[in-house]
Amino acid sequence: MSEKNRQGITRRDFIVQGTVATAGLAAASILVPAPFAIGAQAKVKVGILLPYTGTYAKLGTNIRNAMMMRFAEAGNMLGGRPIEFVDIDSEAKPAKAQQLTEKLIKRENVDFLVGPVHSVVGMAMVKMARGAGPITVIPNAGADQLTGVLCAPNVFRTSFSSYQMGYPGGPAMIEDGHKRVVLMYWNYGFGKQVAAAFKKSFVPAGGTIVKEIPTPFPKVDFQAYLTELAALKPDAVYTFYAGGGAVKFVKDFAAAGLKDSIKLYGAGFLTEGLGAAQGDAAEGVRTILHYADSLENPVNQRFRTAFKAATGSDADVYAVQGYDAGELILHGMNAVKGDTGARAEMIRAMETAEIDSPRGKLRFSASHNPIHDIYLREVVKGENRVVRVAAKAQDDPATGCSM
Amino acid sequence: MELSFYLVQLLNAVQYGFLLFLVASGLTLLFGIMGIINLAHGSFYMVGAYLAYWLTDLTGSFWLAILLGLPIALMVGYLVERFAISFLYQRDHLYQVLLTFALILVFNELQQILWGTDVHGVVIPEILAGSIPLTDNQSYPIYRLFISAACIAIACGMYWVIQKTRLGMMIRAGASNREMVQALGIDVNRLFAFVFSLGVALAAFAGMLAAPVDSVYPGMGENVLIISFVVVVIGGTGSIKGTFVGAMLIGLVSTFGKVLLPEMASIMVYALMAVILLWRPHGLFGRAA
Repeated sequence: MSEKNRQGITRRDFIVQGTVATAGLAAASILVPAPFAIGAQAKVKVGILLPYTGTYAKLGTNIRNAMMMRFAEAGNMLGGRPIEFVDIDSEAKPAKAQQLTEKLIKRENVDFLVGPVHSVVGMAMVKMARGAGPITVIPNAGADQLTGVLCAPNVFRTSFSSYQMGYPGGPAMIEDGHKRVVLMYWNYGFGKQVAAAFKKSFVPAGGTIVKEIPTPFPKVDFQAYLTELAALKPDAVYTFYAGGGAVKFVKDFAAAGLKDSIKLYGAGFLTEGLGAAQGDAAEGVRTILHYADSLENPVNQRFRTAFKAATGSDADVYAVQGYDAGELILHGMNAVKGDTGARAEMIRAMETAEIDSPRGKLRFSASHNPIHDIYLREVVKGENRVVRVAAKAQDDPATGCSM
Repeated sequence: MELSFYLVQLLNAVQYGFLLFLVASGLTLLFGIMGIINLAHGSFYMVGAYLAYWLTDLTGSFWLAILLGLPIALMVGYLVERFAISFLYQRDHLYQVLLTFALILVFNELQQILWGTDVHGVVIPEILAGSIPLTDNQSYPIYRLFISAACIAIACGMYWVIQKTRLGMMIRAGASNREMVQALGIDVNRLFAFVFSLGVALAAFAGMLAAPVDSVYPGMGENVLIISFVVVVIGGTGSIKGTFVGAMLIGLVSTFGKVLLPEMASIMVYALMAVILLWRPHGLFGRAA
């Protein structure tokens, strides 16, 4: 934890941090790394590996800003110790994941590791961090394995598993009266896991999968697939697309005139934080997620107002996950009064934490994956509104986890 | 599946081919005709899309956005050529690769600073917002037909300028023997600066036209860069006709690949490129150097 490793800041880190500072984030001053540690209390090092460029840039930025906001609310102290951040752009590139994680763990010697967004980056990261590595908090990546086969005492997740994303969708669509459904999803690990979990609940409940149409990731030329979908004439389609791909899909779907005859459903990312870009095309689209803008609990209202004031942009599920990651770390550090050496106690405090999250009550399973309510939402006037709770306290089976 | 299904897919294929030509048109001019390896092609495409989004927001009109955006794109191209590319004509291609790769990073950072990391959309202008019914439950957006028309216009325009005009003759001559053209009294520096700006403007124009049907997001240029190179390489460098045929071929193979061989969809295009290059190493209409 010595300060001599501090030179390892790259140009990109600097620019990214500079950008945030100019964006007027309230906590900007803490982003600039202090060149020397002066004062009695040694700093707690929090390593952040999130994408700030490319398709997932917005996700990474929101997670980071919300976490910083949570720390700032606590006076930027963790268990009485000041915080030092080592913030690296993962670019959401699996090929760079190992090298960047190694830099944070071995060179920077961080006490906490927060990241990433992309599941494949997450696999590389957790493989290195699990066991003796820093306490790791995953604020997005959903691969089942992260709290399944790869689960470890020092690895936590504040977001979701692919299983939790797909499984509640089946009964929800049956309840809405859709029995013949086509599955469309980006054909990579996470998309496949979401689709598999969806089938697991949909088929036993009496649903029929008319066809599965996996589409190449991260390609966005959907026209040929939409023509196929139109010819199949199902009741509804269940999809997994995110970010720029989700915007394109929702717009193409509406432009092809399919909205009238086929009902569009999806994992929540399909419409999350994309209202302005999708416009009218998204109206009426139903999605399943552990958060909705309109959730009426005091924590959510306060969180959304504060996030808007601090960053100038609207909060979304990614910001919530980042905020809760900050909360979880605070909780652990406060429990041991800043003594990072008391690892076992800190982990115990974190795994028994009950967080009043903007999403509602948040607990953790034995494998350190969240247990939370899942909502069915519908886009009404550009906003994701709750239709009903699709699954109460949804857990994850944590297949392959032994700990 | 009945016949109408395949006819609609054929329409999709041709339309995708047009879109590919549009996206690759700027690269054809710079890489295909002038021989500059421009990895920043995707960045210029992204700049165009962001300009369309930003100016539409400011002015309230998509058409006005294009009208204002094109001179900006031309200027960006001119500045890049004068302050960067122009120093490298005499050097090895590797220097162009390095420089234009650096430009990708610069434009990505600039995009983040200017426009942030949000995903944006551009609304289709009202007169083109409708759609035509195709089958009992599918219809076809008019805007996509408009893109095809714009692409045909660009293809014809480029062909005419390069093959039939004095300017086109100078461009082709300048690309094959710079010194000789200079010796004949033509200001090659000005000529290249002009053509480069034009190539950048074409890439940006493609980005502008694609913005309403696509989404505008950070890193969007990287997705069009590789496919643009594939189009130009399949068609053969130095040939606009080749680029056009290449784009159509990829449109067909990619669309019907998705329908008939879905497991292979993502590699079909590259397999096609490999086969064509084995058969004709200089591309379909390329000439051996």
